[in-house]
Amino acid sequence: MYPESMQESIRKVEATRAKRVQVAKAGQPIVKPMSDEERQDVLKRFHPDYQDDARRPVRWGPNESEPLTADVADVLETYPRIVPERYDLSNPDFQTDVLIIGAGSAGFSAALLAQQAGVKVTLATKLRLGDANSMMAQGGIQAAVREDDSPAIHYLDVIGGGHFDNKPELVQALVSEAPGAIAWLRQLGVMFDQDDEGKLKTKPGGGTSRPRMLSARDYTGAAICRTLRDEVQNHKDIDVLEHMSAVELIKDTKGAVAGAVFYHLLTREHYTVRAKATILATGGFGRLHIKNFETTNHYGATGDGLVLAYRVGAKLAFMDSVQYHPTGAVFPPQILGFLCTEKLRGMGGQPVNANGDLFVYPLEPRDVESASFIREATERGNGVKTPSGHVGVWLDTPVIEILNGKGAIEKNLPAMLRQYKRFDVDIRTEPIIVYPTLHYQNGGVEIDATTATSVPGLFAAGEVSGGVHGRNRLMGNSQLDIIVFGRRAGMHAAEYAKKTQVGDLTLEHVNQVIETIEALNVPREKISPVMLPDYIPEHVKKRQLDTVRKGNIV
Amino acid sequence: MMATETKMVSMVVMGESFRVPEGSTIMSALEYSGFQLTTGVGCREGYCGACGTLYREHGDYKLKGGLACQTVVSDGMHIAQIPFVPADKPSYDLEELTPDEDSFKKIYPEIFRCVACNTCTKICPQDIQVMDYIQCIMRGDIATAADLSFDCLRCGLCALRCPAELVQYNAATLARRLYGRYLAKPAVRLDRMVEDIKAGKYDEEIESLKTMEHEELKDRYYKREVRTK
Repeated sequence: MYPESMQESIRKVEATRAKRVQVAKAGQPIVKPMSDEERQDVLKRFHPDYQDDARRPVRWGPNESEPLTADVADVLETYPRIVPERYDLSNPDFQTDVLIIGAGSAGFSAALLAQQAGVKVTLATKLRLGDANSMMAQGGIQAAVREDDSPAIHYLDVIGGGHFDNKPELVQALVSEAPGAIAWLRQLGVMFDQDDEGKLKTKPGGGTSRPRMLSARDYTGAAICRTLRDEVQNHKDIDVLEHMSAVELIKDTKGAVAGAVFYHLLTREHYTVRAKATILATGGFGRLHIKNFETTNHYGATGDGLVLAYRVGAKLAFMDSVQYHPTGAVFPPQILGFLCTEKLRGMGGQPVNANGDLFVYPLEPRDVESASFIREATERGNGVKTPSGHVGVWLDTPVIEILNGKGAIEKNLPAMLRQYKRFDVDIRTEPIIVYPTLHYQNGGVEIDATTATSVPGLFAAGEVSGGVHGRNRLMGNSQLDIIVFGRRAGMHAAEYAKKTQVGDLTLEHVNQVIETIEALNVPREKISPVMLPDYIPEHVKKRQLDTVRKGNIV
Repeated sequence: MMATETKMVSMVVMGESFRVPEGSTIMSALEYSGFQLTTGVGCREGYCGACGTLYREHGDYKLKGGLACQTVVSDGMHIAQIPFVPADKPSYDLEELTPDEDSFKKIYPEIFRCVACNTCTKICPQDIQVMDYIQCIMRGDIATAADLSFDCLRCGLCALRCPAELVQYNAATLARRLYGRYLAKPAVRLDRMVEDIKAGKYDEEIESLKTMEHEELKDRYYKREVRTK
């Protein structure tokens, strides 16, 4: 229920609704999409990435002196959690061919393909199997399956959305393997939405030139991730290590990555896994709360993979760009920052300001849409204020029900309906308030089309990797990315493992990191991988007198 | 962050009372009380099922279930987090199964012990008709079972409350996979697109985009036709 202070603005939204529906029904864009110049202007003036304090040069390592997102540079300039002299590598606790770190859909896909290739697979995860952003994706997964669509059209959308910075061979793999990835998932029993004739339902997304978004209601990520998890659990020869948080990658004396050191979050023991090939599938960095933004991300999304890879010398790509999802929840306060799927706009939901006026094409690429919301609420002063002092714009959801027929929301957006119903807002009859929220790590560990990084023995797939999406990912392409490149990682890492002999294990690179960080005069308490965010209030910490914290971890 | 004038309520965790800000979810209240969570926490947005919680509200005998990240604390609420449900997950080969009740007789035979008490449905934080989908599976209606159970997060509260000791969510997962694999309509255009790609139909066009000069590519992008229907 909205408080009285917001009712007046809601009445304004209601007053303009009929006219807006009429425009939408006419089939014309309700607001014209922006030109290149308009996009650049709104991005430069309002996107958080372009603010003065958003970036700073990192002071060491493979990307030294390159401006990166400031919070990322901070995390890279930290001390390791372990001191190599005090860590015994001589008796690894586990030996495997392919070690996969991270158990979201990329990790699962990699595990299944590596197992199929006939090698020994170990899958380690910080929390439980399926604890990942993959599980939370709502709106869809892109694949060109319509008659008026093609992988080439998909290619152009991806590379334009990424500001033409994406690595072309990665985009080619992404779009060309999309339909095949969907066929594979269907074979495993993922239920995609289909119409009465059996055609896969397609919806438009931000920055797509064709309706290309396939969906499983608005639980698309969950539908995929839980199916892959179930299939991984069908293969008892895939070793699973849960609550194991990666602390450092191990190298061998030949300079290749040869496994990892883990910390068990419940028993607090360290373990060594020796591996012929290692795949990072650790996901993104939302829980670093970049620029203090709320986030849509999973509790474990603390960017650990970036640190692990950087310390063994892997180059990062596009780590100067952050994705803010345009429609994060602003009200009620309990769901602040939560994701409101882009499918709401894909099905006709309209962003309107406090006066009930349309102000932006609803399906611009995410960075442009987000910057436009910020402009509307700040420079133009047309934002809506909540009782807790937060500001946002309206997303007029009742329009969806009018355009698609009664029951459309319950059928296609049950997660959204449920999300708001829990807090007494009915999105079928009431609009919602939204504002950009920290959503996705556009860049990451640079990979080639085989998912190989710049360090032998180390592969990366999914959100932790960089290059596929350039500086801005389009909706539905992360679900696609984790399947296409997760599968590729499993295949190529297995192939690599088959021809590899591991030399003696070493953590000498960690000693070098310690020396470098000392020379930068970084305070001793700065430690990573971050592992988990810290939500214990300060007044409680003051009472926890003799609690020892290493970084955020008690 | 929390303003000092915030009204406080009490939440009883495993019998011990904590003062927490009114309006907190169970999860944020636990963190406010000083617990660093490593189990019973996951996506924090109601999609992963890691934070199933049993609770009783003050003055109410009813035992309720909810997700800690989605349930607001009421004054005097007693809670116990259920981060894990003991349950075996048998292996099976989807390719060797049939989309009917016989598959369940082999893999999850215990579901036929269902006594139709509906306790599972009452506890479900997603308001899923749990008992109904189990009954559907028992009579071989896999399609309805898959549909009814679609929004399941596998928090496991149903399995904990079940007097017949079923693991409903595992059966639901199998029902959906059987539906997706065997009962969903063929996706005709998808198969054709996969074949076209394999035959190299789009290779030339993509190669030309890959090597195109930046300005020309940009021009093509901004001039491309945008269809939303």
